[in-house]
Amino acid sequence: MDILTLFIVVPVLVILALVFTKDLKQARIISMIGGLVQLGMAINLLFAYFRERAVNDVVMLFTRDLVWFEQFNIHYNIGVDGISVSLILLTSIIVLAGVFISWKMEELPKEFFISLIVLATGVYGFFISIDLFTMFVFYEIAVIPMYLLIGIWGSGNKEYSAMKLTLMLMGASAVLMVGILGIYFNSNADGGALTFNILEIAKVNIPFEAQKLFFPLTFIGFAILGALFPFHTWSPDGHASAPTAVSMLHAGVLMKLGGYGIFRVAMFLLPAGALEWSWFFIILSATGVIYGAFAALRQTDLKYINAYASVSHLGMVTFALLMLNKTAWNGAILQSLSHGFMTALFFALIGMIYGRTHTRDITKLGGLLKVIPFISVVYVIAGMALLGLPGFSGFVAEMNIFMGAFQQDSMFYRVATIVSISAIVVTAVYVLRVVGIMLMGPVKNEAYNNLERTTWYEKTGIMLLLIPIVGIGIAPLWISNLIMESLQPFIQGVL
Amino acid sequence: MELSSFLLMRHEISLLAIILLLIIAEIAIPDHKKSSILHLALLFFGIHTAVGFLPLAESFLFGGMFRSNDMIHFFKGILNIGVFTLLLQSAEWLEKNMLSQERGTEFFILLFASLLGMYFMISAGDFLMFFIGMELSTLPVAALAAFEIIKRESGEAGIKFILSAALASGVSLFGITMLYATNGSIYFEDILITLTAENLTLLGFLLFFAGLAFKISLVPFHFWTADVYEGAPIGIASYLSVISKGAAAFILMILLFTVLKPLMHIWEPMLYVLAVATMFIGNIFALRQENMKRFLAYSSIAQAGFILLGLMTGSQLGTATVVYFVTIYIFSNLAAFGVVQAISTQTGKENMKDYEGLYRTNPKLSLVMMLALFSLAGIPPVAGFFGKFFLFTAAASEGYYLLVFLAVVNVTISLYYYLLVIRAMFVRKGEAPIPFFENKLYMKLGLLITVIGIVVLGLYSPLYDYIYQLSAGLN
Repeated sequence: MDILTLFIVVPVLVILALVFTKDLKQARIISMIGGLVQLGMAINLLFAYFRERAVNDVVMLFTRDLVWFEQFNIHYNIGVDGISVSLILLTSIIVLAGVFISWKMEELPKEFFISLIVLATGVYGFFISIDLFTMFVFYEIAVIPMYLLIGIWGSGNKEYSAMKLTLMLMGASAVLMVGILGIYFNSNADGGALTFNILEIAKVNIPFEAQKLFFPLTFIGFAILGALFPFHTWSPDGHASAPTAVSMLHAGVLMKLGGYGIFRVAMFLLPAGALEWSWFFIILSATGVIYGAFAALRQTDLKYINAYASVSHLGMVTFALLMLNKTAWNGAILQSLSHGFMTALFFALIGMIYGRTHTRDITKLGGLLKVIPFISVVYVIAGMALLGLPGFSGFVAEMNIFMGAFQQDSMFYRVATIVSISAIVVTAVYVLRVVGIMLMGPVKNEAYNNLERTTWYEKTGIMLLLIPIVGIGIAPLWISNLIMESLQPFIQGVL
Repeated sequence: MELSSFLLMRHEISLLAIILLLIIAEIAIPDHKKSSILHLALLFFGIHTAVGFLPLAESFLFGGMFRSNDMIHFFKGILNIGVFTLLLQSAEWLEKNMLSQERGTEFFILLFASLLGMYFMISAGDFLMFFIGMELSTLPVAALAAFEIIKRESGEAGIKFILSAALASGVSLFGITMLYATNGSIYFEDILITLTAENLTLLGFLLFFAGLAFKISLVPFHFWTADVYEGAPIGIASYLSVISKGAAAFILMILLFTVLKPLMHIWEPMLYVLAVATMFIGNIFALRQENMKRFLAYSSIAQAGFILLGLMTGSQLGTATVVYFVTIYIFSNLAAFGVVQAISTQTGKENMKDYEGLYRTNPKLSLVMMLALFSLAGIPPVAGFFGKFFLFTAAASEGYYLLVFLAVVNVTISLYYYLLVIRAMFVRKGEAPIPFFENKLYMKLGLLITVIGIVVLGLYSPLYDYIYQLSAGLN
């Protein structure tokens, strides 16, 4: 069994084991073991990748190619580069943290963990696929469990949110499917056979007309998952209704599929289309960045604040990808990683606060620093990371993005960049506003004086997410190098 | 003519033998042992299904009236599995309601007669055989739809079905006469040579097409569907939506791709319009259905619209993807109807509202339903996704990107109403959920077959390759 297929096989085995569990205790232990194994595999993959990369400079490492549907030239074709390795690592950490955060999932625990792991399987599969068809299959596998996860275990207006989220994301995948078919039927433009293989298609010069037609379909198909303005409306509702671990996994990992897909499929395979359309999507992205930030400013529900912050920060990812240069791309990937950890951490903390106080309305909370110091301090740290304080991952990412963006010297790009940068100020305002109202000041509610202390599993979950944030912030070079060298084929192909 | 050449009709002969045996059994078996007929019929048909998969030569009989090739043979096998599954699923209903009225044997005889008609219809080499087959496959179903005589709705369904079916057949036959008038022959092979797009031929083709469109329930020939499904016994609704529709789609494809190929410039745009209309109308009407049978009726209308996408291509890829899609559709829809059947037989409940909280009381049944609905909606990794993806690929291969786009919009709409059922079963807790019940062995087997089909047909790629090879000879 090769090192990558294990990322499919192990979760499937965990799911099979979960089917036979009887109660919460068994389910969570098995999920935790599964999560630990996956984290171990991801770390192992990272080192194996470094070793292999030193001696081998093909685009994708650890490739494996099995014919699946011969007639359509569909293969089970997998491989990784530095970008996917880093995202796989992100996924495995958040999955494990998610299991810890769901330690007390009382209702239908077995089904909950199974759905969660199905989602994770889809995500792993998506990141390792080189074949468009396989990638698409995994994409849908990752999305559909969200319906059950939000519908069954969610809160508030969950039926509406679950339906809206699922329909918008599956609608996105439907649009994407047309884009993929368009790419597929143009993959023989240079006289070869039709293929779904991304690396093969990248070598083909797809006719300009086709690129112009299919780029927006592919782009929007992925960008809806990446919460691109104005297709972001599923995200705040979905996050607000989802249970904690699902918000974490969804904002932390699933939304990253969008950015990754845009980069790996839409831009890599249809570079001329990307050039043609970039102005349009830059406007949307920049609007999203600033709109998300201002929307977060006005919200009082913690989850909505964080969901809109996600819209803003993921807007930066698409914005950076469309800047079409190496520095900005590096920033985009770093932002994906950094945002993944930060937003998962935020949702975890919000879940803990909600679990104790039973409200997410910041106007009803106050002085939490005095009563639940651990959670509050971490919240402040995460907030600092989100607003891009040096020393945390957010700074490294945004620095790269805007450095890259300023390399474009036309008026249009300058204006868009300045608009986007101004969102950082707003970010600082909404982060500090929450910190001020919710954490500082006197304790507003008597009952909050004896809240439950942070438990070991909550602390473990938090630390799992906090360490990478600080780690990337203090020592960004190794991960930056990992990403940078993998950008080479994109630079040759797209620029 | 050698006697052994009749073995080409092995499916038909063996089914006819079963029908005769059942008639004898009906007379010979004393009344108090009548329930054994059920087991006997299942046993016979099980053997018939298994034997049906033995290879069969490619040839023709009666000077080309009857023909068989590997694809037709394969498709008869699929129909057999479908009917067998359907019988397993209906066994309990038969035992409970029909045997007591001494009408168990008739059910089997009528159903098998209709299946025999389908065999002849898809094996037809000329329009006469085709028409006889179509009539034979339709008439018994009208009786079956009215089978629950104590229910008014059932009788109503029977009347509605026979009236619309008779009209459709009449129109179709009128069309055939016109085709005969202009071509001087009813043999497909002769017509293929002489067929030209003159006015009378076109009129004949249109009338003929309407008859088949009725069976597949394409818009605007779909009005009977929901009412008949709702009134008929569930097994028969399932038969109409799965077996009858599958066989009709299959023969329509064969006719369009072979005999009527010279008219492709006519039927291609026609199918385009029909596909769009059928998908949208089926889906939009399905949105608000409360009764599960009506719901599945409209869902199956929409599915027929998807089939048209593959029919438009007229290529080998189109043939293969249509047969693949129909095969998967048979299993998915049988699973959905099977669950509805199980619940209805046990509790008499057929509304979506009754399904609320089902997962908490009957998890296995809910999971089967979820698989079936996901397959119908086209969500991986179950088979329906592959069927749909390939069908759309076939349409895109001819450059119909706009149509594919409209189709995927419809997939998203359809997902909404499939999720409504899933919401009822999994998300809602319900005020009075259906209590837990254990299914009988036959029902379990019937559902198991469909589940295996739904899971394996997609992921196991050699099946598609096999169908693709079979379709090589058809174009």
